[in-house]
Amino acid sequence: MCRIGAIKSSNYVHPSQALKLMESQQKGHDNSGFAMVMHDLGGIFESYKHLPTLSMACTDEGLKLAEDILHQAGFQRVMQWVPETDPQPGLDILAMPNYVFETFDYPRHYRNGVQKDKEELLLDIRLKLRKALEQDEQGFVYSFWPDVVTLKEIGDPRDIGTYFKLWTADDKFTAKVITAQCRQNTNYDIVRYAAHPFFLQGYTALANGENTFYLKNVEAQRKLHRGYIGFESDSQCFLYTLHYVHRELRWPLRYYKHVVTPLPFSELERRDDKEPLLALRQSLAHLEINGPNTIIGVLPDFTLFTCCDAKKLRPVVVGRTDDTVVISSEVCGINDILPDRDWESDIYPHEREIVAIDSNLEVQRWRQ
Amino acid sequence: METIRVQHVTPNDMPWKIRYDASRCTLCGSCVSACSFRAIGAKVERRRMVFSEGDLPDPQQRFSAVPVIRQVKDVRHYCRGCGICEKVCPNDAIAPQRNPDTRHPVVSRCLGGDSIKRGGRKNLEGTTRTLDKLRVGRISQMTDPSLDAQRHTFDLLAPFGRIMPPKALPFSLDNQNNLQVEDTMPPVRWVYPVIIGDMSIGALSWRMWEAVALAVAYLNEECGMPVRMCSGEGGVPVRLLKSRYLKYMILQIASGHFGWNRIAKAMPHMVEDPAGILIKIGQGAKPGDGGLLQANKVAEHIQAIRGVPKADLLSPPNHQGLYSIEESVQKMFLSFNSAFKFRVPVAIKVAASATSVSVFNNLVRDPYNIVGGFFLDGIDGGTGAAHEVSLDHTGHPIVSKLRDCYLAAVNQGRQGQIPLWAAGGLGKTGDLAADAFKMIALGANGVFTGKLILQMAGCVGNDMGRCNACNTGLCPVGITTQEPALVHRLDVDRVAQNIVNYFLAMDTEFKKLMAPIGNSSLPVGRSDALVSTDKAVADRLSIQYVC
Repeated sequence: MCRIGAIKSSNYVHPSQALKLMESQQKGHDNSGFAMVMHDLGGIFESYKHLPTLSMACTDEGLKLAEDILHQAGFQRVMQWVPETDPQPGLDILAMPNYVFETFDYPRHYRNGVQKDKEELLLDIRLKLRKALEQDEQGFVYSFWPDVVTLKEIGDPRDIGTYFKLWTADDKFTAKVITAQCRQNTNYDIVRYAAHPFFLQGYTALANGENTFYLKNVEAQRKLHRGYIGFESDSQCFLYTLHYVHRELRWPLRYYKHVVTPLPFSELERRDDKEPLLALRQSLAHLEINGPNTIIGVLPDFTLFTCCDAKKLRPVVVGRTDDTVVISSEVCGINDILPDRDWESDIYPHEREIVAIDSNLEVQRWRQ
Repeated sequence: METIRVQHVTPNDMPWKIRYDASRCTLCGSCVSACSFRAIGAKVERRRMVFSEGDLPDPQQRFSAVPVIRQVKDVRHYCRGCGICEKVCPNDAIAPQRNPDTRHPVVSRCLGGDSIKRGGRKNLEGTTRTLDKLRVGRISQMTDPSLDAQRHTFDLLAPFGRIMPPKALPFSLDNQNNLQVEDTMPPVRWVYPVIIGDMSIGALSWRMWEAVALAVAYLNEECGMPVRMCSGEGGVPVRLLKSRYLKYMILQIASGHFGWNRIAKAMPHMVEDPAGILIKIGQGAKPGDGGLLQANKVAEHIQAIRGVPKADLLSPPNHQGLYSIEESVQKMFLSFNSAFKFRVPVAIKVAASATSVSVFNNLVRDPYNIVGGFFLDGIDGGTGAAHEVSLDHTGHPIVSKLRDCYLAAVNQGRQGQIPLWAAGGLGKTGDLAADAFKMIALGANGVFTGKLILQMAGCVGNDMGRCNACNTGLCPVGITTQEPALVHRLDVDRVAQNIVNYFLAMDTEFKKLMAPIGNSSLPVGRSDALVSTDKAVADRLSIQYVC
């Protein structure tokens, strides 16, 4: 079983906080990896918010391949950050030779183009890079998007933290939204891509659970969008559905809940808005999820949210102070990083709601 | 002494022989009067007894005339093995016995000069059914919890109607950012995933049809189960057409158009829309053949409902005037959709065939969004009457074909847009929940069933050649006959009760299948839940092979 966590703050937060959030929950996450996606970046990335940053782990050959593709496409590198590592003997980590965080300027003819075109270009390039580097596992391209970096590694999360020197907070590598998870995909093969959080065009999702409608979801999603690929984990489906509902269909976030865990027909019948709800339930029947799940997601505007399966079979809790909101599988993690908060105001979301935190850290609870 | 030639038909030429024990028989006559086929009769036998009364042998003989029950030696009145004689005999003196040396397939054709007709299902027993080689093998253990069939809630409904692709939904956002529907959408009804198949009034006795309709109304109104029933091609009683119960009926039109004159005339008086319209193109039991109601079943009330004289009613093998799928879409779907002002879903029923996927593909690409369901009927489906050669030797199994259609939809990203309903031998072993569930996991939205409903009513026919005389109008249990004396054997309330109880039991069984795989709504297309111990079956259906 996974444990998942997310921090959203009005101040820039260092990933050490995410490591601490997950540390006390380790009984539930088997220490097989560490993965995080950071949105709304601070530190060295703060002045490049409008430009896409590539997050990649690769071999030397893979790096060359990727840079050639980007160069050919007209991208110009404006910043490069190579995390300092501390490869002590005995660390439980299957490190790749290179970790690349490079920020690029758009190709010249895109610079004054519309945002949508840029976003499609970034996806196409990431897919191209992923495909090119897939052979012989020359590299793993996690995200290529403005104001977002991703790190995924196999091993003990404590050792991964040590390796990347993430236990010591600094103000160079920070973000206002960090989502993290400490487990490789233990159901199937260990594949770097299979670790949550998953990222696509500004959307991030991570989940604790089992999606028993995985096959239905996969078969439907494969035909919905070119970016819906991989499916190394059953939880990727949650991200793709989020992307589809919110970005492709342009429906407000609360309809995501209606798609993944639709209301029973008997309840739909009694609703004033039964007509649209029934129509979306039947048209998106194959995106419904089943099985025990808690999902945490991030939207392109950095809204952070969580919701659960329809029978509330997995835990989640939301804790907060004036400047920080933390969502996590278990309250012990929140106690570690927000020890002085008023725990009586913690929220334990129920099976029929979405809890969303907007840019003002205002917590909204939308009942389905 | 009776002269007999070897060509004469005798009981040992027939599929069933009557076992009769004169010493137990009280000659009450119950068996003879109960045999609807007149396959047995009372007869007097001449008996000779040789005896000796003295101390020394002194043979004498005595002749006597003994009344007995004998099998009729007539190919028109042969025993069907229904066993009604045995049922009514107070002394266990008589019973039919299967005759493995029967010459009936030859004799009957030689004497009649006509093809053999019968009802029932395909009787050629083959290997184990495909569905019995599948198991629900993906059980929720540890990684995800099984659900509790008793305590948890389950959504057991299936769509009937055309479902729009998500990007074609006519949605807009109001000023409060709520989705609202801006334009009309095709009608979709969410119904119980088991539809009672299309058996016409005519094929069924009026009491049987009434019992089914009664059960359906009860299931809806008292049990909260939205079970729908298809009328079959034979019209609907006008009183029902004008009643509020019409909403539980799917009206069928087939190539004979029987009964539609009355339905059309009743339309202005309808207080409810019907549940749907089903255009029948073909039937799994006799693919490529039309409906067949023999004259002896065309009783007065059937003549009235269908608007026909007493004659053999043969529906043509195809819809006259339809030359292509496109045409069928434009003509039939459009006209039936518009007849009910686009409020009632219109679906199509075809016999499973090697070409089913092509037909389905054409429909799924229908640009008008008016095809509201694809009902696919396989070879093991039942029928009231068909040529035996069609029943036994034509047709296509349902399981792989349903799967092919579903995967064809998946390949186009159109799964669920035209709901798939499957039939053809489902519930053949009496266990419809398991069969339906497996079909759903393979991609069906739901199933439809007919023959099993007859069995719930007391049909004694089976797939080993027993009875199967639905075509004769002499159904011994009053299900497929219009003979008043036979029809009155059927207890309407009891039949309705049996059907209701079966559905309640099946509903529990559905939950007992959904709970272990951790699903609270129907796992349509969730083929990962199935495993097979047969490699060929597993490969063909793209499911996991296990051993």
